[in-house]
Amino acid sequence: MAALGKPPIWPYTADPTKREAPMSGKPASPGKPVSKAKAPALLSLTVNGAPRHAAAADGDMPLVFWLRDELGLTGTHLGCGKGECGSCTVLIDGEPARSCQTTLAAAAGKAVTTIEGLGTPQAPHPLQAAFIAEQTAQCGWCTAGMVVEGAALLARNAQPGRDEAKAALEGHLCRCGSHHRVLRAVLRAGGREPS
Amino acid sequence: MTRELSRRAFLGSTAALSVAFTLPRPAGAATAKTNDPAEVDGFLSIGPDGSVTVYCGKVDLGQGLRVAIRQMAAEELGIGIESIVLIEGDTRFTPDQGPTAGSTGVARGGVQIRQAAATARQALIRLAAARLDRSPEDLDLRDGLVAPRDGGRSIGMGDLVGENGFALKLDPKAPLRDPAEYRVVGKPLPRPDVPAKVCGTHAYVHDFKLPGMLHGRVIRPPSVGAALLKVDETSIKAVKGARVVRIKDFLAVVANREWDAIRAAGMLKAIWSDSARLMGHGAVRDALRAGPFIAEEVLKAKGDAAARLAEAPPAVDYYWPVQSHGSLGPSCAVAQVGNGAATIWTASQATHKFRPTFAALLGLAVDKVRLVYLDGSGCYGMNGHDDAAADAALLAKATGKPVRVAWSRDDELGWDPKGPPQLIALRGAMSPMGQLLGWSTEMWLPKATAGLPNVPLLSPEAAGLDQPKGLVTGLIAQNGDPPYAVADLEVKVHWLADAPLRPSNIRAPGKIANVFAVESYFDELCAGIGLDPLVTRLMGLRDLRGVAVLSKAASMMAWAPRPVPNPKGDGSGRGIAYVHYKHSETYVAVAMEVAVDRDTGRIAVKRVTCAHDCGLVINPDALKMQIEGCVLQTLSRTLLEEVTFDTSRVTSTDQSTYPILGFAEVPHMDIELIDRPEQPPMGGGEAAATPVPAALANAVFDAAGIRLRTVPFTPERVKAALRTL
Repeated sequence: MAALGKPPIWPYTADPTKREAPMSGKPASPGKPVSKAKAPALLSLTVNGAPRHAAAADGDMPLVFWLRDELGLTGTHLGCGKGECGSCTVLIDGEPARSCQTTLAAAAGKAVTTIEGLGTPQAPHPLQAAFIAEQTAQCGWCTAGMVVEGAALLARNAQPGRDEAKAALEGHLCRCGSHHRVLRAVLRAGGREPS
Repeated sequence: MTRELSRRAFLGSTAALSVAFTLPRPAGAATAKTNDPAEVDGFLSIGPDGSVTVYCGKVDLGQGLRVAIRQMAAEELGIGIESIVLIEGDTRFTPDQGPTAGSTGVARGGVQIRQAAATARQALIRLAAARLDRSPEDLDLRDGLVAPRDGGRSIGMGDLVGENGFALKLDPKAPLRDPAEYRVVGKPLPRPDVPAKVCGTHAYVHDFKLPGMLHGRVIRPPSVGAALLKVDETSIKAVKGARVVRIKDFLAVVANREWDAIRAAGMLKAIWSDSARLMGHGAVRDALRAGPFIAEEVLKAKGDAAARLAEAPPAVDYYWPVQSHGSLGPSCAVAQVGNGAATIWTASQATHKFRPTFAALLGLAVDKVRLVYLDGSGCYGMNGHDDAAADAALLAKATGKPVRVAWSRDDELGWDPKGPPQLIALRGAMSPMGQLLGWSTEMWLPKATAGLPNVPLLSPEAAGLDQPKGLVTGLIAQNGDPPYAVADLEVKVHWLADAPLRPSNIRAPGKIANVFAVESYFDELCAGIGLDPLVTRLMGLRDLRGVAVLSKAASMMAWAPRPVPNPKGDGSGRGIAYVHYKHSETYVAVAMEVAVDRDTGRIAVKRVTCAHDCGLVINPDALKMQIEGCVLQTLSRTLLEEVTFDTSRVTSTDQSTYPILGFAEVPHMDIELIDRPEQPPMGGGEAAATPVPAALANAVFDAAGIRLRTVPFTPERVKAALRTL
């Protein structure tokens, strides 16, 4: 007989420096509701500019599930759930963060921007427009995370070069092989010739 | 049918948390709809307002079929693609056009729909001719109207097709439009799903919600084949609403939210038997040669290869390891089972093929089961999507509620059906002038089970439900012989009874490894004599389309004959490889420039050029995108990927143990398409993958003088090879 070797319930990366957002206070143990005496009944955060509230009992829930299931913001895709692929990237206070590695509690009090908050097909963010112009997506699973990461890059570097784009996107995986067009799109959005 | 689709659209708009799930609404009259691929009405309906719906049995997995199919139909109907609603892979509405596999989406699926549209055009013109009192030769169908070419009164399509549809057999001889007059086909039209994918509003199967839907999570055993001995259902009581579903060795939890299901699955205490039925990845290569075998088959024989090769050097082995589909997102499906019927929303590449499988699994008649395709995370063959659909179906039946199942990353890489291993031994003889005198290929491959409907699914297996057993591998023995003139030839395969892990078809099944071996070994023969590999290939080709792609890819790299390995000796090199896919389809040549770092053993691919001829090009931009994907994904598979496993389980279940290519390794790429409007359109989703490993291996030989015959080309392998110099 063999007991099932228990992996952690959610594979937060072991290395805390790779966590995308600092944990606020002690992380709740999985499945155990945060004590009502110590935590407010609601966690408050801003999502795409609108104030939102989450049950404090869900403080240990990775942000990605809350965005998708509670807010219906399904543009944020869960990829690996291990912080390795970048599919679920959102902006937290303007910085790219992996929403599978960020708990609701850690996001509380902060401003979250998802892919839906960047733009729409009718009024796309300049990088979204460039992704469309370059016809970048294949299956599209990784696309939103790359757009969010690229938007953050453009916010700090208006005209990134190919190597800078590669470096910024290094933590983002794509299985279909859309990399070439992603790089072109980032260059295009920065006003460079996408070569 | 309209009512059913409206209901789903309605569900989408009222379920507060769901995205707007408005599936395309078919035009035309319900009475005319059939799924018979012999009927025009199987593929097309025209509404009273002239709106057009196309029903396609093949699906868009991200490869651009969604635009290509529209272009092919629109061209024949004389309309723009924006006028076409496309319904894909829904067993209720689409004809069975076979799985979206083998690079057949356009070549078979699209061609069939084009012929239906051409038949429809002919019928519409005939009908209009009678109504307008004109000769059919005077009329054309453009912009939704049948009108005389010289002007005059016209009639709209919607006025010509009544409630009974076309009621017309698809005419295989209905004339197609002259490519010289194409307005839509051949244009790089944007894919309609890209804006929504880029803005986060594209609806995937993962986003599909039904009222009362539960989220399921299957707990796979710690070892392949382990039996479930004991489950402590109280161990998940802390998760509100979560409960255990157990059917023999099938163990799952369901809960109201996905996160709750994940938490419950992590908390659930279960005891499994020990199981150690795997061989471990280190034993695979020897096991392929050891058998047991169920057949030996000579695939090709010409002259007397054995006699011709009597004096030739001994054969050399090429090895391709077990690989995962490695889809980026989790396999996912939603199922609803009840009232003697079932509907499964799935990202399957083969909804029609799996319909009888799910009917048997659920104990329902086939016509009571509907599979609806919705986009999933990338699909390059049968990955975990169909298993996820079986998970959801079993759970929906057990709970009486709609159930959504999404896998974890560990299960995705651990339990997806795997690309099978391949061992290929090659022996050849080349004349001093570069003519192939003799060639022998011996392959050791798992044999696909004849007549097996599909890869056996995990959940029915665990639940003890009957399902046909066997192996699915795809057509993995193709392209095992050189595409060049050869006097004496034998291609033989030793068919193995089993595979080390559950196998399935994975992009360009088998042909990536076979072309890797054949095109690498061809370079070995050239190097043995000191001949330029490009010139020698061109001399051996008898097919001018092959000559064209090889010349083009080489000229894009400014290839000039020189000695190999590179006399510069600076670690830089170039390589080229060629394929005529399946010896009957697309022609591709890939050339590559690499740098090999002798200290670290790292291979850096600097530049890739590709020339591609798949006949008539439907959409050049979508085709280029597919070629880019073929190149990058196959570079990843060649440089990095091998599934590792011990005697119990797969151990490569994350990016550190099963790495895939990252942005740092992305080379510059130049792709040239050779459009041949007079030729039939062939596939673009697979062929360009096949020359990539050999072009890379040949470039590494040119750069460093080492011949890599085992995939992946890890730095350790490179350094080991360098030490033998």
